[in-house]
Amino acid sequence: MNGPTSNQPEKLTVEPERYELTSGPIHHFEVARREFFKLLGAGIAVFAVAKKSQAAQETAPSHGFHPQDLPTDIAAWLHIGEDGTVTAFCGKVEIGQNIRTSLAQTVADELRVPFESVRMVMGDTALTPFDAGTFGSRTTPTMTPQLRRVASAARDLLIEAAAKEWNVSPNSVKAANAKLTDPASGRTLTYAALARGKTLAQNLPAEDPVTPPPGWTVAGKPLPKVDARDFVTGRHQYTPDLHPAGMLYGKVLRPPSFGAALAVYDDSAAKMVTGAVIVRDGDFVAAAAPTEREANAALAAIRVQWKEDPPKTSSREIFSYLKNNAEPKTNDRHRQQRGSVEAALAGAAHRLDATYNIAYIAHAPLEPRAALAEWSGEKLTVWTGSQRPFGVRGELADTLHIPESDVRVIVPDTGSAYGGKHTGDAAIEAARLARAAHRPVKVVWTREEEFTWAYFRPAGVIEVKSAIGPDGKLVAWDFHNYHSGSSGIETPYAVPNLRTEYHSVPLVLRSGSYRGLAATANHFARETHMDALAHSANIDPLEFRLKNLEDARLRAVLEAAAKTFGWPRAKRQNVGFGIAAGNEKGSYVATCAEIAVDKNSGAVRIVRLVTAFECGAIVNPDGLRNQVIGANIQGLGGALFEAIEFENGRITNPRFSRYRVPRFRDIPDIEAVLLDRKDIAPAGAGETPIMAVAPAIGNAIFNATAQRLNNLPLVPNGLKKA
Amino acid sequence: MPDASEIEVNGKRYPVHYHPETPLLYVLRDELALTGAKYGCGEGQCGSCTVLIGGQPRRSCQIPVSAAVGKPVTTIEGLEKDGRLHPVQQAFIDAGAFQCAYCTPGMIISSVGLLQSNPSPSSDQIAQFLQGNICRCGTHPRIVEAVHQAAKTMQERAR
Repeated sequence: MNGPTSNQPEKLTVEPERYELTSGPIHHFEVARREFFKLLGAGIAVFAVAKKSQAAQETAPSHGFHPQDLPTDIAAWLHIGEDGTVTAFCGKVEIGQNIRTSLAQTVADELRVPFESVRMVMGDTALTPFDAGTFGSRTTPTMTPQLRRVASAARDLLIEAAAKEWNVSPNSVKAANAKLTDPASGRTLTYAALARGKTLAQNLPAEDPVTPPPGWTVAGKPLPKVDARDFVTGRHQYTPDLHPAGMLYGKVLRPPSFGAALAVYDDSAAKMVTGAVIVRDGDFVAAAAPTEREANAALAAIRVQWKEDPPKTSSREIFSYLKNNAEPKTNDRHRQQRGSVEAALAGAAHRLDATYNIAYIAHAPLEPRAALAEWSGEKLTVWTGSQRPFGVRGELADTLHIPESDVRVIVPDTGSAYGGKHTGDAAIEAARLARAAHRPVKVVWTREEEFTWAYFRPAGVIEVKSAIGPDGKLVAWDFHNYHSGSSGIETPYAVPNLRTEYHSVPLVLRSGSYRGLAATANHFARETHMDALAHSANIDPLEFRLKNLEDARLRAVLEAAAKTFGWPRAKRQNVGFGIAAGNEKGSYVATCAEIAVDKNSGAVRIVRLVTAFECGAIVNPDGLRNQVIGANIQGLGGALFEAIEFENGRITNPRFSRYRVPRFRDIPDIEAVLLDRKDIAPAGAGETPIMAVAPAIGNAIFNATAQRLNNLPLVPNGLKKA
Repeated sequence: MPDASEIEVNGKRYPVHYHPETPLLYVLRDELALTGAKYGCGEGQCGSCTVLIGGQPRRSCQIPVSAAVGKPVTTIEGLEKDGRLHPVQQAFIDAGAFQCAYCTPGMIISSVGLLQSNPSPSSDQIAQFLQGNICRCGTHPRIVEAVHQAAKTMQERAR
């Protein structure tokens, strides 16, 4: 095995937005039809064929399975048991975004069964269809329709079976509340009765129309979180809580700095630690022992020396470093151009240029990366908190040189991720140790490991040149993002002369996805810049945006946020008001912020946030509200004070005592205004509500103090006195 | 291996074989298989490991198991009585006061501790008391709401 990927950040190719990669792994369906019923008991199983275009994002072609058994593009399947229990399967994972609930609602709604009778099996590579991962706000737009189609196909199957039994036309049979009724004769049959004694599996081309939002009965309701009782009693087992008999605790010896190579290794003393298993494989050095204390003791007894080769920059110089080390050529995919920016800038009435800097930040999910690995002969099972169970299966197969068909990855409902749990680092470490120990091994990263050896939301530099005409309309927009990414780089404002460009820079620190990706950075730069333009033209910032905006959905959220907030607000001393908006991944957001500045201490307090959000038809308003308010609060951290500091290849603030995250006293009054568009198919909501928070706050600080802050975080040490 | 000692958790006595300096959290989770208290930071900064020791909310990652000997320890597993949830647990469900819920056991135990000393806290007092508990999903407003609800239920029951 090569060293774990976490040890070689500088060797990775530039990959600021992991999930934009589209290469699919080889696909295996391990659950044959026979085994399927063995597992779930008799009943009716439906495998729905998703349309190619809709499946493309989430599924890959199947291999190693007879095509007559299963069609090729399955994204979901479900089973109706003899007791009427409905089990629906999909490869998405629950990481706090509440999709176990919203997906079950969707199935119940379309199948016409009570919500309580639906069980979701998720994120298990042996039981669920292939899925690329839970990210990009894609569960609701892609998995919801597929589950609806499979449920709709199952309902049709049940209707046909009943119609046959009654010798009536299927069109006359009604389905409701897990029951079929023939209104003419009053006969009824439960789904359970129809499933009894059957082992009927059907592959259905699910082309039927699914129930549109106005017809929803279970979806669209604020149902409480599934398994809520397990979470408040401590009964739910996250990956770090698993402890099978005979399990050992694994610990990995981390290098002193990024890029360090093992130069001297001597484990003779460590081998004397009773019960400890030591593994050295390349630069990977780790120990497993019956207790965590003993595993740490074994590691401490290993004598090592490292040859260090740290990145040649630090968090203090990172912005000039990124600018100076950009790849000379940009990718066409990352460039958008129309008109002539240069000519328009040269002749403009008002011109404004600015540079924005974005710090590295960490996801800091409260459940750190963790995995439990268990071998049974050549077969490996790994439990891990991951957003990509199938991706982690591939990583395990690659690093351990075993076939994917020998690997099963199971994701217990996980203590959050925010884009930070795409890689299989802990899984690989646990599996490597378990192979040597011939016992199950659990690896749980410490908070310091999590802050150091995971990956970060990349730092970035954004340069904007712009101009407006005498009428306050944009005439030129030239926007360049260095390193942090291209998500949300396009402006929604109408402008005749435009250039947006993403410039990649070789990685300094290991970087990857984060809730909203670079859209948060790009929205911060754009919406701050728009505010500055409005100010320079002496136009109200809301009016300025509306003047330059044709997109009706974006206008609607801006107007909704402004109305609830009471925009414009009369100016008061040391108090400021800001507004910002944007759209990404099919959903629309606008945030208004009120802030107060303590003139003596320079402390900035967020008084109130109002965020209007629209993502089409709402599946679960309660879950959505939790996501929108949660994104606003998480956004506060990156806006105000979160920043990863590093020097000599070391993270210098890898602890919650040094890396400040939002806490109770940072939380303002927050209102989420949810616009329910029943005429628009639902989009995801996990990411976009975070995007307007930082610029709204920055603009409010400007409104209060006339200080324009162009860097994220805005006020890590409070405001400097003007 | 030192002599076995005993600790009392949720009204039950358990022999402890782990080293007396081992933080209580590891004894609870690894030796006693009570995994409701979570590891989140190991420096007493996040509150995920909070348990009641002698009725007081404490960060179990910072307390050696030897210091818990002779004092009753209550973990999240010990709040439910005869299948009936503690009012704080019920209030968290009713308010939907969790997302990933990894912080929830620590939040609930801390809130139980707060309501013991202050049966009717203001929102500011709740925020102040829970300042040492991190929720990364941003569910804070609902947690404050849940504590208010629980306070109300407990006062009604006490009447």
